[in-house]
Amino acid sequence: MVNIPMSSVSVGARDLAIKRFAASDALFRLVTRSAAYLVLTLLGAFLVTLVIGSSLALSTFGVGFFTTQSWNPNPDILKFGALAPIYGTLVTSAIAMALALPVGLGIAVFLTELCPLSLRRAIGSAIELLAGVPSIIYGMWGLFVLAPVLQNFENNYLVPVVADVPILSSIFAGPSYGQGVLTAGIILAIMVLPFIAAVSRDVFLTVPAVLKEAAFGLGATTREVVRKVVLPYSRVGVIGGAMLALGRALGETMAVTFVIGNDPKVRASLLAPGTTISSSIANEFAEAKEPMHSSALVALGLILFVITLIVLSAARLMLARMNQRAGA
Amino acid sequence: MSMQPDKVRLRSLSARRRSANVLFQSLCYIATALGLTALFLILGSLLHNGLGGVSLRVFTENTPGPGSQGGLRNAIVGSAIMTVLGVCVGTPIGILAGTFMAEYGRYNRVTPIVRFINDILLSAPSIIIGLFVYELVVVPMGGFSALAGSAALALIVIPVVVRTTEDMLLLVPNSLREAAASIGAPRSVIIRSVSYKAAQAGIVTGILLAIARVSGETAPLLFTALGNLNFSLDLKGPMASLPLIINQFASSAYPEWQSLAWTGALIVTAAVLLLSIAARVLVSKRSD
Repeated sequence: MVNIPMSSVSVGARDLAIKRFAASDALFRLVTRSAAYLVLTLLGAFLVTLVIGSSLALSTFGVGFFTTQSWNPNPDILKFGALAPIYGTLVTSAIAMALALPVGLGIAVFLTELCPLSLRRAIGSAIELLAGVPSIIYGMWGLFVLAPVLQNFENNYLVPVVADVPILSSIFAGPSYGQGVLTAGIILAIMVLPFIAAVSRDVFLTVPAVLKEAAFGLGATTREVVRKVVLPYSRVGVIGGAMLALGRALGETMAVTFVIGNDPKVRASLLAPGTTISSSIANEFAEAKEPMHSSALVALGLILFVITLIVLSAARLMLARMNQRAGA
Repeated sequence: MSMQPDKVRLRSLSARRRSANVLFQSLCYIATALGLTALFLILGSLLHNGLGGVSLRVFTENTPGPGSQGGLRNAIVGSAIMTVLGVCVGTPIGILAGTFMAEYGRYNRVTPIVRFINDILLSAPSIIIGLFVYELVVVPMGGFSALAGSAALALIVIPVVVRTTEDMLLLVPNSLREAAASIGAPRSVIIRSVSYKAAQAGIVTGILLAIARVSGETAPLLFTALGNLNFSLDLKGPMASLPLIINQFASSAYPEWQSLAWTGALIVTAAVLLLSIAARVLVSKRSD
């Protein structure tokens, strides 16, 4: 008789505890799911915000916004064309990739094939630390250390040497002030180098050792193993990594702003000052009083976002394909 | 007679292959030397130009007007406040989202899409985040503020934390979860007291990396927090930050400002590198 109420009480407590567990579980699940959906919507929110912010400029200038290069925030004129910043962004990134890709691949080959095991981790970490240095430090270093050296080299050696060569003389037309498109490209190259090196090293490591050993066993040299075994196997991953680096180079702001000279004009000479999308926004947005001016800057941001979105999506898809193969 | 030219050709082929290989290997060595030289040159000029300015004064005095002496107190405090706020807002969202992707929604159709978008956010240009926060926070609030700066930093923290949390939770062996489930623990309890415990070091690493990333960010603060030459704790007003001060002082013409910029750059870089090294040590300890 005494036991019955006791057990019914404990059954009730058990039910209660289970219900409480179920409720807290459902709540936790809901909270985590909303956080994940929040991340999901962020990208769309960025796009919508940029489209709304840029609508004034885009509807006023239309297609001309992409094809003209007059950039005049004077309140009486207010004429904006994005050609110069788009050109600067593409050219600086192209220079950066042309310089950083071979060097980064060289580092990756060194780390995976040539480096003594004891040094591999230390050198790999040092290269990765280079990736952690904030971009403003690169910009400052570029302005105070690299730019004067480059200016001296370009004015005294590069410009006189190419002066009589037909095309080079206009690409490297002086005088150089140290700050310009080429300097920005070189700084960007130093910035993306560690990304290229680290990603390439990681994809090189996915190449099965058996394949490499088989090639070495046939008498292949390191160069042949890299060119005929490692690179064909990891090509997709290397391209993905390179495009990831390209995405960073396209959007990099502070490092470029310091050294590009910030002049919104398209010029043939790489030694001349120019501008990029991100450095235009960084320089002008806080001071832009006219709605048309800030809208034009947001439109620049939209262009940059769409370009990097395409590049980064392609990079991620390629890297995912690489990982799938490594997992299979 | 016919053997002789063949042999010569073979020998010349092998010599050619060998010399091509030597050239290739030397180029790889040179590439690595170039990368390491860049690292040492940058760190070297930071130490050379910044170390002389490090003194107690840097931490106790505010940024000076043009042409006078001073420190970086307001910038250091501002950076700390906005970093802490940004990390405090971004980290929970990031951990929760990563938890959903690795635990509840591991086989969900949405999870790969979230992962893809998160990876893109991870490398999206940070100045775009500044524009987004400007339109969404600065314009409605009617002015630049530390809150807007923190929001921009939080948006940078989220993808970093999501990525590491998901990766680390996926590494937790399922047998641990099954063991907990077999003694009747519900999903949320398993996640909190088994999965999180097992992945603790990895998740903390992600947070450290996020702090490192955020403390050097300049572009998203330019038109959110704006910067401030005076000391300010007002979250609704413009606030100073180390990278913003470096940006302003380095491009100025005053030698005092430039030397303070170098000192600030040294402090930021040292903090970022220490955080990255700490994160690295934490990961390697876990894998031992």
